[in-house]
Amino acid sequence: MENNILSIEDLYVSYGGIRAVKGISLKVPQGKIVTLIGANGAGKSTILRTIAGLVKAESGKIIYQDKDIIGSSTSVIVDQGITLVPEGRRVFPDLTVLENLKIGGYLRKDSLDEDIEWVYQLFPILKDRSWQLAGTLSGGEQQMLAVGRALMSRPKLIMMDEPSLGLAPLIVRGIMDIIKTINKEGVTILLVEQNANLALKIAHYGYVCETGSITLEGTGVELLNDESVKAAYLGKKR
Amino acid sequence: MSLTTFLQHSLTGISLGGSYALIAIGYTMVYGILRLINFAHGDIFMMAGYFMIFAMASLPWAISIPLVIILTVILGVSIERIAYKPLRTAPRMSIMISAIGVSYLLQNLATYLFTALPRAYPEIPFLKKIFRIGDLSASLVTLITPILTIILVFCLLFLINKTKSGMAMRAVSKDFETAQLMGIKLNNTISYTFLIGSFLAAVGSILYFTDRMSVTPFSGTLPGLKCFVAAVLGGIGSIPGAVVGGFLIGICETFLVAFGYSTFSDAFTFILLIVILLFRPTGLFGEKIIDKV
Repeated sequence: MENNILSIEDLYVSYGGIRAVKGISLKVPQGKIVTLIGANGAGKSTILRTIAGLVKAESGKIIYQDKDIIGSSTSVIVDQGITLVPEGRRVFPDLTVLENLKIGGYLRKDSLDEDIEWVYQLFPILKDRSWQLAGTLSGGEQQMLAVGRALMSRPKLIMMDEPSLGLAPLIVRGIMDIIKTINKEGVTILLVEQNANLALKIAHYGYVCETGSITLEGTGVELLNDESVKAAYLGKKR
Repeated sequence: MSLTTFLQHSLTGISLGGSYALIAIGYTMVYGILRLINFAHGDIFMMAGYFMIFAMASLPWAISIPLVIILTVILGVSIERIAYKPLRTAPRMSIMISAIGVSYLLQNLATYLFTALPRAYPEIPFLKKIFRIGDLSASLVTLITPILTIILVFCLLFLINKTKSGMAMRAVSKDFETAQLMGIKLNNTISYTFLIGSFLAAVGSILYFTDRMSVTPFSGTLPGLKCFVAAVLGGIGSIPGAVVGGFLIGICETFLVAFGYSTFSDAFTFILLIVILLFRPTGLFGEKIIDKV
């Protein structure tokens, strides 16, 4: 029997008058890294935003821990253990690094000290910058902060939207390592990436998304070796 | 002008500025979070005046003051829920027009219910007590207003900078969507902002009208506009800016009247607005726009 923390069934979403997601089904097994790759505008971000409750679905089911969460408000969804690290990092520029972390744990009533320590262990640079305004951090540091902020709510499932966007290759590799580390701590990850090569290397399972539909799925290795994926996303000739 | 008269006018000006500052904070906070100029704010202030008249008709002042504050807060928060919340995703101009609509609605409602004749504002005995320092004399409200304003401003700054709900407000004012992703309930935070703004408007109203002695349905219009100018002068979105702007306008206005230019005191405020918009549109303490890389 499969143990899926999240499964999406036949999801349709329209966004600004355009149907962006056309009947997508996918499964995220507990404790794994699942990636969703595809070109710009394929509907990947819309899927994540729909799961997070920022966008309303037209029809379909989003089953999280055996409950349909479609139509729940974002704050309820966050409270149940799903967080989204949004595209473009979106840290709060006028808040300090520490405040950004604290606001990540906004819904928690217990002490945040332990988690802050944990995030500082994962990203030692953030500890040095603790009192700095987040707007003054570099792109890579902001991405670390965005991930750290998401961890503060003690999520069971973290969704990441294009964490490599606009970052130097060396920093991207660091971020990918962090994703693996977080996953080893037991957090399930749903990763959306345009950088298919990187994403598939760390993912247990992957889906290829094209103009609102899933066209291909398989384990990370399978997709990496798939001829059509190679041609379309990995920039290698057949 | 002798020193005593100078001090006397300064005191009056600072006091008037204090009331302006309290109202200006309401404009600036709502702007900070919704990017909306809440044109109804001046009329909420006017309604608080009427609430006081009716409360004091049958109740002692010690009960009337909290009652007026509660009623004003309910009014302010309900206006947001009814007239602004449904327009959350609409273009910004729609919500602005809705605010103008609410402003006229309140004025006309007040005219219909209470007639346009000025109604005497009740006297709160202890605020009307006269005190003297040397040759200087004024009613107690003149002295209390600036002190109370400063205390409230410090409480407010503490609330915004040091508490969890303050942090939520700052987050919402920067980025609606990401704030929601943190689990912050947008509507609660926005209601909270209107609650604070209306509370300060109610306090400002009590202090302002105690000095003015009468209320009409249009009493809120001019002070409302002046406080809006104060908020722009200080840099809209900035609370310290609104306070400084409020005091500046209050003091300038009083001295213009003292020098015999009372005809021009209102014109001065709006000339000031034009000058700021021409030369420093972000105001004295306005948010600088930082380019994000």
